Amino acid sequence: MKNNNNKIEKKLRREAFSKNWKLFKQSRLGMVGLYIVFFFFILTILQPILFITGFWNEAVYHPVVGYDDLTSDFIVVDCPKEYPTEKYQSRTDCPARNEVNIKTLFYNTAEVGDTIELNLQPAPPSRRHILGTDSLGRDVFSQIMEGSQVAFLLGILSATLGVGISTLLGTIAAFYGGRIDAYLMRQSDLVLMLPTLPLLFIISAFAELKIWHLAVVLGTIGGLGGSVITIKSQALQVKVKPFVDSARITGGSNMKILFSHVLPNVAPLALLFMVFSVTGAIASESVLSFLGLLNIEMSWGLMIYLAQVEGFIFSGMKYWWLILPAGLSVTFLTGGFYLVGRGLDEVFNPRLRKR
Amino acid sequence: MTKILEVKNLEKHFEVSKGIFSRNKTIVKAVDGISFEILKGESLGLVGQSGCGKTTTARALSLLDPKTSGTILFNDSNDNSMINIDDLDEEGMKNFRRNIQMIFQDPYESLNPRWTIKDIILEPLNIHNIGSTEDREEAVKEILQTVGITPPENYLPRYPHELSGGQRQRVSIARTLIMKPRFLICDEPTSMLDVSIRISIMDLMMKLADDLDVSYLYITHDLAVARYMCNNIAVMFNGKLVEIAPTEELLQNPIHPYTKRLISSIPIPDPTYTRENYEIDFTELRSIKAANQDSSMIDLGNKHLLSTNEFEGLLY
Amino acid sequence: MSSILEVTNLSMHYETISGNVDAVKDVTFNVKQGESFGLVGESGCGKTSVAMTLLQLQPENGKISQGSIKFDSNEMIGLSENELRKIRWKGMSIVFQGAMNAWNPVVKVGEQIREAMREHSPNNSKSENTKKIRELFEMVGLDESVIERFPHELSGGMKQRAMIALALSCDPKLIIADEPTTALDVVIQDQILKEIRKVQEVFGLSLIYISHDIAVIAEMTDNMAVMYAGSIVELGKTEEIFKDPKHAYTRMLLESTPSIIGEKKKLRSLDGEPPTLINNDNKCLFSYRCPNPTNECKNRELDMELIKISSSHYVDKCCIDCE
Repeated sequence: MKNNNNKIEKKLRREAFSKNWKLFKQSRLGMVGLYIVFFFFILTILQPILFITGFWNEAVYHPVVGYDDLTSDFIVVDCPKEYPTEKYQSRTDCPARNEVNIKTLFYNTAEVGDTIELNLQPAPPSRRHILGTDSLGRDVFSQIMEGSQVAFLLGILSATLGVGISTLLGTIAAFYGGRIDAYLMRQSDLVLMLPTLPLLFIISAFAELKIWHLAVVLGTIGGLGGSVITIKSQALQVKVKPFVDSARITGGSNMKILFSHVLPNVAPLALLFMVFSVTGAIASESVLSFLGLLNIEMSWGLMIYLAQVEGFIFSGMKYWWLILPAGLSVTFLTGGFYLVGRGLDEVFNPRLRKR
Repeated sequence: MTKILEVKNLEKHFEVSKGIFSRNKTIVKAVDGISFEILKGESLGLVGQSGCGKTTTARALSLLDPKTSGTILFNDSNDNSMINIDDLDEEGMKNFRRNIQMIFQDPYESLNPRWTIKDIILEPLNIHNIGSTEDREEAVKEILQTVGITPPENYLPRYPHELSGGQRQRVSIARTLIMKPRFLICDEPTSMLDVSIRISIMDLMMKLADDLDVSYLYITHDLAVARYMCNNIAVMFNGKLVEIAPTEELLQNPIHPYTKRLISSIPIPDPTYTRENYEIDFTELRSIKAANQDSSMIDLGNKHLLSTNEFEGLLY
Repeated sequence: MSSILEVTNLSMHYETISGNVDAVKDVTFNVKQGESFGLVGESGCGKTSVAMTLLQLQPENGKISQGSIKFDSNEMIGLSENELRKIRWKGMSIVFQGAMNAWNPVVKVGEQIREAMREHSPNNSKSENTKKIRELFEMVGLDESVIERFPHELSGGMKQRAMIALALSCDPKLIIADEPTTALDVVIQDQILKEIRKVQEVFGLSLIYISHDIAVIAEMTDNMAVMYAGSIVELGKTEEIFKDPKHAYTRMLLESTPSIIGEKKKLRSLDGEPPTLINNDNKCLFSYRCPNPTNECKNRELDMELIKISSSHYVDKCCIDCE
């Protein structure tokens, strides 16, 4: 009998899930978001698989310490002082591909017109490195995968922490009211008013932030902020429902009611918040690493940072593989999570549903 | 006949501040000194328009909101004496809570949407820790059968949203009855249900009240429903009781102008019947008042009680 | 007396993701000049859908698949939005269920009525309009001062009275009252019903009264139709239907309504849930709830079709013989 009950229960769970899934599938934006997130998730797990199976040699493809000794033949030229000339339209055209400016060759006896063999770093995309290498000869695609791992780790860790904090505080504020409520609300106001990024700059200036430090900091700031207020308002609606009253008439304690009635009913909203706050966490990380404020080995922000300090960012699209993949990854993954959130919103919020 | 519940001078006031910056507070007397008693096995219908204090009374009786003043006496099952619920110790309070339950109006909101039917009905047993796990499950199945949800096994693992309004209200009733309470407060339990389902729920409640020896207070705005369900009817207006009498006595022989107005407003499901148009008229009430000058509730005999309050300017 | 509204074989369905919901199925009825017509049934039976379809105000996914609506001998189906707007209010107006939500909270009540009047008779001056509103307010028992008040300053009953005044403001010939008293207390309901009857008499209006409350229908209407699952199952003179109900569902509706007069009798209950309206055949949808079905009914052999049993009394042929 009991077994049978469990079976029915499982079946009903499956049905409920497939119904929600059907609703989610209706939201085209949500599905696009889900595909994007899924794509990056594949990247995340693909890298370790490539290393373990030996398909990629770790010495060559490691995102941080890997190095590929690529060489190529270059013609030595002397870039003129004034443009345009017959050969070059502007300063950025010289040296062209397969050419090297004699002024940048140190300790070399080559002369203009000679053909010499040089290390090809940063190397453009090729069959060996589908997104090329950076100036240190590291594979960009492998770096993107590593950055994707960092983004998922950071996003999910900080979102879980933040939503955990705000759900707990929000329901407590709604349920107990009075002074606790007043205190928590003022605290939220205060945190909401704090400018998050400048605060992060200051924190990272004093402490060497590792990725999980950042997750804790972002989670705490997010968890104490505005989401407490929103979750509180949801919990207030649940609190006055008759089923809470009837538990109270029967003599259920506050704690019991809080955990068994109120929390499960604010959970969908909390999940929604979680998805949206992943977006913020990934974006913040990119900004901080772009400014070089994080003690971190590899991330998308750091890739752009390196391209910037080495000056590649200023040479237009010539070294696009150093900037575009990382930049687009940040844009797409944050956008993807945001769209998933929008899709979930339509599932949980009947008013947004299409017929 | 022994009483199960006696209410004396129950008052519930709310403070309402006049504006955001104003420190002055007005007091709204939602329930303004009402007294009544309910005998064992009997049912009292509390009838009145919305905002008259019916639900506030129910919430004060079920201890959801603290009352402002007044006494609530409850029958002690051990020695049949009436005990004041203000004097109860923790053990006594627990016992009181087991014996008083409430059914709510909205079948869609009164069951936690994230719980299965089994968990919902088990909740009171779990809170009071009654019986072993197997006993509890057995009890849940039995009670579901009693309220007409069969076979119970098919419904136990379901969620409320998979049930219809009528079925949900049956589950609510099962949940309140599983503790075998002696007193039930019903706050318009059928007003949100369809006509066709309404009667079956009302019949079920009457049958169960009979079988399980439960007395109840039935709150409704509909006199016709109260007539169907209750032995006695109390009419409430503006926080005060207007008239209490056995059902037929009240309907045949109303005395207070408000009661008369209320009765004359009820549409009759018979196209050949023409209702009389009643205009508020205080003559009868005043002549009775003149004969009984000292009390505010006049006993007319036959358990017919009448308030002398004229609700100056509020009746129309 | 001539018919002001003739509805013939009207069908309307909502297109939803789970399929087509047949909210109105093959509905035919007439409303004569000055008569009141009642539509009764449980919630979800399609009463409000009928009202909305008559005004062509059904939601976007509501599609009329067949039938005709002739108002004052003009065909309404297929008219453009502009032509429809002229007929709505001027010819036909509606009093909604939720009077509370039908008012714009930030515009004074008088101004909102004036706005509707301007739309239909642009030549009237403001003072003329105001004078007319005063007359209407007096008729529905509202004080003049209500013209200058905001909706939130009015009680539920007052809002519903003002709603009736609004419905009357453009001299309609037919008023559709969709559960106008459902959210109100009995005493106020009684007053509103009286007002509706009064204005109907004074202006010689036709009235379609929609309600789930059979007692109100008994008091308010001359003719009535009982709706079940989108179809009319019984149609006729109110008195005749109450005296001699033929359809099992009508009988059950009548026997399940408690009354405060007469013998206190045991009421009958109807078990089972209303059917879903998605993808049904044309068989009787009541058969599975029918308390004492005949064999034909139980096996769902008969198509739904109203048959005439007396000059003004029509019943669906499926459940006539079920006792």
